[in-house]
Amino acid sequence: MQLRNRAAYGFLAPYLMIFAAFWIWPIISSFLMSFQNTRVNPWVFSFGANWGRLFNDPAFYNALKNTMIILIIQVPVMITLATVMAVLLNSPLLRARGLFRFAFFAPIVVGEVAYAAVFRLMFNLDFGVINKLLNSVGIASISWFADAPAAMALLIIAVTWRWAGYNAILILAGLQSIPGDVYEAATLDRVGKARQFIYITLPLLKPIILFCVILSIIGSMQLFTEPFLITNRGGPGGGTETLGLFLYRQGFTSLNFGYASAIAYTMAALAILISLLNLWVGRDEK
Amino acid sequence: MKSQSRSTLVRSLALHGALIPLAIIWLFPLWMMFVFATMPDYGIFSPQIELLPSTHFLENFSNLQADTDFIRALMISIGVAIVYTVLSVLLTSMAGWALARYLFVGKSLVIAIILGTITLPYFVVVIPQFIMVAREFKMANTWIALIVPPLFNSLGVLFMRQAFSMMPAELFDAARVEGVKEWQIFLRIALPLARPTMAALAIILFLASWNNYLWPLLINSRPGMLTAPVALGTLIGLTKVSWGGIMAGAVMLTAPILIIFILLQRHFIAGIAAGAIK
Repeated sequence: MQLRNRAAYGFLAPYLMIFAAFWIWPIISSFLMSFQNTRVNPWVFSFGANWGRLFNDPAFYNALKNTMIILIIQVPVMITLATVMAVLLNSPLLRARGLFRFAFFAPIVVGEVAYAAVFRLMFNLDFGVINKLLNSVGIASISWFADAPAAMALLIIAVTWRWAGYNAILILAGLQSIPGDVYEAATLDRVGKARQFIYITLPLLKPIILFCVILSIIGSMQLFTEPFLITNRGGPGGGTETLGLFLYRQGFTSLNFGYASAIAYTMAALAILISLLNLWVGRDEK
Repeated sequence: MKSQSRSTLVRSLALHGALIPLAIIWLFPLWMMFVFATMPDYGIFSPQIELLPSTHFLENFSNLQADTDFIRALMISIGVAIVYTVLSVLLTSMAGWALARYLFVGKSLVIAIILGTITLPYFVVVIPQFIMVAREFKMANTWIALIVPPLFNSLGVLFMRQAFSMMPAELFDAARVEGVKEWQIFLRIALPLARPTMAALAIILFLASWNNYLWPLLINSRPGMLTAPVALGTLIGLTKVSWGGIMAGAVMLTAPILIIFILLQRHFIAGIAAGAIK
């Protein structure tokens, strides 16, 4: 290829300007802000103002704990479900494939606000359809919004409903890229379907599942709209306050931008750390 | 032979026996959204289990319009999503073209920065974005504030770069020999060939803009400049509000996108699956 600096930067310029102004500069700026005391005017550099406070703030540990609980339960449950969906959808025996695909993939396009509203109504204590259905099979009503563990369970259910199909699409694409003759050879060697799945399908899917796990960790780490709208600003009493909500409260309710930036970088560090841990656990042993 | 067809039948039954309940559970919230939207408030709050739609949709919608100017919010959302999608497809196509087809000084640095920062949480950038747009430029509650900052998305660049780099080089070299200018090669030869990729990208971008909640919530708080999700979201926390109205709004937000999804399912899925196969 011939060197074409003029043409290349001509095409890149509009995008690069936006990218620099609204992505690269903010990344640097919030890092610097996390070392500034932004509660005085003008802001002053102070190494410990935010970072020192963060590690002594019970509200931070509460948000961290809630985020981690959601992450540790929700991600494995959702990825397992997504794998099951993808494998079943890939079966050649399946009838009405389009209908099933619609059922699992449609939640992806539903906006967060719309589905938050439905879940709030469905899970209402007194007149929610979920409690009515539970009652009809003899289970007592669960107070999904006033009881902290139940509220956490509700968030996990909601997020799983919305994102399982998304991951199923990715895993299904992975399944369809496995050549069919691998299975033909195994069938000729009289290897049963269940063992084919464990010894052929799962190992070949491992990279894509790992990718889904990492995407989901990054997503769940930033959980905001669901606890904001479904459990009403992280209720009951901070019982579902996530890191995203804690950051929103510090940054945009108290307008303490420096502290919020420190929280943001903590989220980024945790997401990277957990992703690396996953890559390490899922590495190929050689 | 006979035992094999019987085992196929058993497996087919097991497959559908597992999938049908799962599909019903998955469709249930969507179904209930439409049911709630057509019910009067006393129906939503009745002690009976109500699983079938009623006829009060228009009434609910006018209740919603009384609570917040939802029609105006829908117009703003549609306008923002269209302008954002067009601009974003154009910007990311141009950048993707340069990264796929030109050798230039700093190329690997640009690619490294895009790839290295793509998975950073959005919260890392949203605070400085807010300070810049609202405080330094004093542009809160404007169309530009809604449309321009989210244009940074780098996934689209990688997506378009992939499409352009798979095209045969001879195609462009032949045009260059004949003296066709680079921007004409891009516009007349490359872009038309990339149309399917652009369609998939446009759908994903439109959806992202249509459903975007956090940024519009932060930057446009003045009544009359709210996007539809934000306008609806402000009602969810209130006590004296028509829930039938909220659900009518949820349906207005969801139904158009669901119809697009049904019509263009293939592009949707291609766009999402492409995120995984790089």
